[in-house]
Amino acid sequence: MNENEISEFRSDVRAWLQDNKPAAPSFLLPETFMEVGTDQQFEFLRRWQQTVYEAGYLGMSWPEAYGGGGQPQVMQDIVNQEMAAQRVPFVPNTIGLNWAGPLILEMGTEADKQRYIKNILSAEDIWCQGFSEPDHGSDLGNAQVRAVKDGDEYVINGSKIWTSLGSYAKYMILIARTSNEGPNKYAGLSFFLAPMTADGITPTPIKKLTGEYGFCQTYFTDARIPADCMLGNEGEGWSVAMKTLMFERGAVGGQAGGLSMMDLNINDIVELARRATRNGRPAIEDPLTRDELVKLVLEAKGHVVMGSRARIPALGGTYPTAVAMSGKLRGTELKRKMTRFALSLQGANGARFISEAALDGGKWQRSYLNAFSGTIGGGTSQIQKNILGERVLGLPKS
Amino acid sequence: MIRFSEEQAMLLDTAREFCQKRAPIDVVRQAIQAGQPLDATLWQTMVDLGWLGVTIPETYGGLGLDLADTVPIFEAMGRQLLATPMLASTLATQVLITNGSDEQKAQWLPKIATGQIATLALTEANGSWESDQITTQLNQSAAGAMTLTGSKAFVLDAGVADVILVSALQDDALRWCLVDASDLPDGAIQREVVIDETRRSYSLAFSDLPIRADQVLPGTSFKKIELAAMLLITAEMSGGLEGVLAVIVDYLNTRKQFDRLIGSYQAMKHPTVDILMGAEMTRSYLYHAATVWRDETDDVAVESAVRMAKCCASEQFSEAGDRGIQFHGGFGFTYECDAQLFLRRALWGQYQFGDERHQRQKLAGLLF
Repeated sequence: MNENEISEFRSDVRAWLQDNKPAAPSFLLPETFMEVGTDQQFEFLRRWQQTVYEAGYLGMSWPEAYGGGGQPQVMQDIVNQEMAAQRVPFVPNTIGLNWAGPLILEMGTEADKQRYIKNILSAEDIWCQGFSEPDHGSDLGNAQVRAVKDGDEYVINGSKIWTSLGSYAKYMILIARTSNEGPNKYAGLSFFLAPMTADGITPTPIKKLTGEYGFCQTYFTDARIPADCMLGNEGEGWSVAMKTLMFERGAVGGQAGGLSMMDLNINDIVELARRATRNGRPAIEDPLTRDELVKLVLEAKGHVVMGSRARIPALGGTYPTAVAMSGKLRGTELKRKMTRFALSLQGANGARFISEAALDGGKWQRSYLNAFSGTIGGGTSQIQKNILGERVLGLPKS
Repeated sequence: MIRFSEEQAMLLDTAREFCQKRAPIDVVRQAIQAGQPLDATLWQTMVDLGWLGVTIPETYGGLGLDLADTVPIFEAMGRQLLATPMLASTLATQVLITNGSDEQKAQWLPKIATGQIATLALTEANGSWESDQITTQLNQSAAGAMTLTGSKAFVLDAGVADVILVSALQDDALRWCLVDASDLPDGAIQREVVIDETRRSYSLAFSDLPIRADQVLPGTSFKKIELAAMLLITAEMSGGLEGVLAVIVDYLNTRKQFDRLIGSYQAMKHPTVDILMGAEMTRSYLYHAATVWRDETDDVAVESAVRMAKCCASEQFSEAGDRGIQFHGGFGFTYECDAQLFLRRALWGQYQFGDERHQRQKLAGLLF
């Protein structure tokens, strides 16, 4: 696409988004796909995904044969940027769109692609992920859910935790142990595209620290799933899971696109500081608050310039992987700090919670409590620091 | 947005290699021991490399590049704690380029490009350097004769300088005066004791020093010079931060306590990762500021970018130096441990031209 075509396409997308952006509902929307807790929220977001897909703005670079747009990636990138800029709702089927979908396109059979891809895009089939287990946190290699082959089926037993959208999902990307033999713990793992409709699979909603629902613990009790829903070969689960994580972390391309969360950035906090009041005047006029706000702006802006420098190999320095590998740690910690600070801008009203009397309906309080999903999920910040210390700085293992 | 050209990348490589070779840590320590005499051979090599003329226009014998192009050189020098008069000379060069008359430029810039040393005297004895706080006076008698009276501090390399650019107040207007070091009476230049022992820092005392009209610069730009100083000091600090991180990582990977390498303890590992993040952010802010400086599209953008970089460097480098001492345990408390060289360097840079609190105060006005 040349520059004219790009800017024309961008303005078309912008116009469409402005015309079709749904009006804010009467209830508080979740801010990420991991926080969808009520049917009302889910149906609203699923309808939005359908609308976006029908307009041709989702999966634009996926093959046409499976329901994609067959267009260059740059077009989807533009759509994603405009969606963020116009602050439209996110599309809820993130795990399907950005993790399972690209994985199936890369290593699934023709039948897999025919069966799954289009319905991922249209939100007909919602996907969830079964990686973490109650006793092992994010230590994926230690997964203990058992999958025992019995004829042309596998019999699954055990439980998975932190299953986002578990109650709504039709399929799960599941990592389970098919063997205890092998040279190491990784060798016995296999990867499945498991139907959540199978008897014996029970997603049980977990109440979060906010009092809302959003995750499930998924129990498997002699659940039988077809043997042909295994992706890759038996014992290759670890490498398939690693590939999935590459998609999840955005380290490789191929995602269908769309937003998976409401953007919250430092400008929102500055704006809040102007309108929230402390001691009867805008918080931004309080000198100490102002200084704290500058600190936060500098941290946020610092991440932006780090990203910019990371794209210049000549400025890579002694630790060229440091910026890329710390993205999760920095991004989630910043969000936690920003939302926590947002409460402090509100004086006594910082102590309110989701209710009409709270500023923005209590969105900030909810955001802060939910921010821990980022700093804990996918390897806590403390684990991230171990990883950075060992893999980037070359320090000895803890 | 950061941009970095291939030429700049080459300069960075050359400068790093040069500084590594010419300033290993034992050479730095020997120079401190000897009272930091000017290393004439090293200085001449830097002159021959063209480094002193990077920003000097071609008509005056320089390369005619931007100040931002010297950032990789200062970063490389900071990495090795190399202190040469290049910082002082480069800043004085900016004063002449921005404010000097054609005659003043023609007289001094070719000399600076070929190694004569220039410096600037901005900071007052009370520690203030900002335009509204200068008290050194440029007085004019009824007959029209001018004299300079006042005291300056933190004047780098004044003891080896040929020319000094001094900020002074003439009535209510701030001016730059060009003072030939040989015109100063005995005792006017005194070595100061500063926390960074790699620096040659001096105080200057002017008492009715006669100033001719051709010694006063026509231009009155001060802010740009202050920002230039911040940019180059930030470059040195970014290099120094990388240096102290290397010292820490090396110790964490070799020192054993309770039968374990100390780097395996999370109490050491996690704050070291914090230092790494601080170093990465400082370097990013530095090259962002250099990019914005070169673009020069908007004064507020330049000032914000430079202050953000200086703020980040001040905070992160001094914290890294502080932790660097602590992580070396008993050894860290000794003069022998290199961490102190970096901490003391960090503290010098932190307090020159505004620490992080000062910068945040300025930034609040620029940002909100």
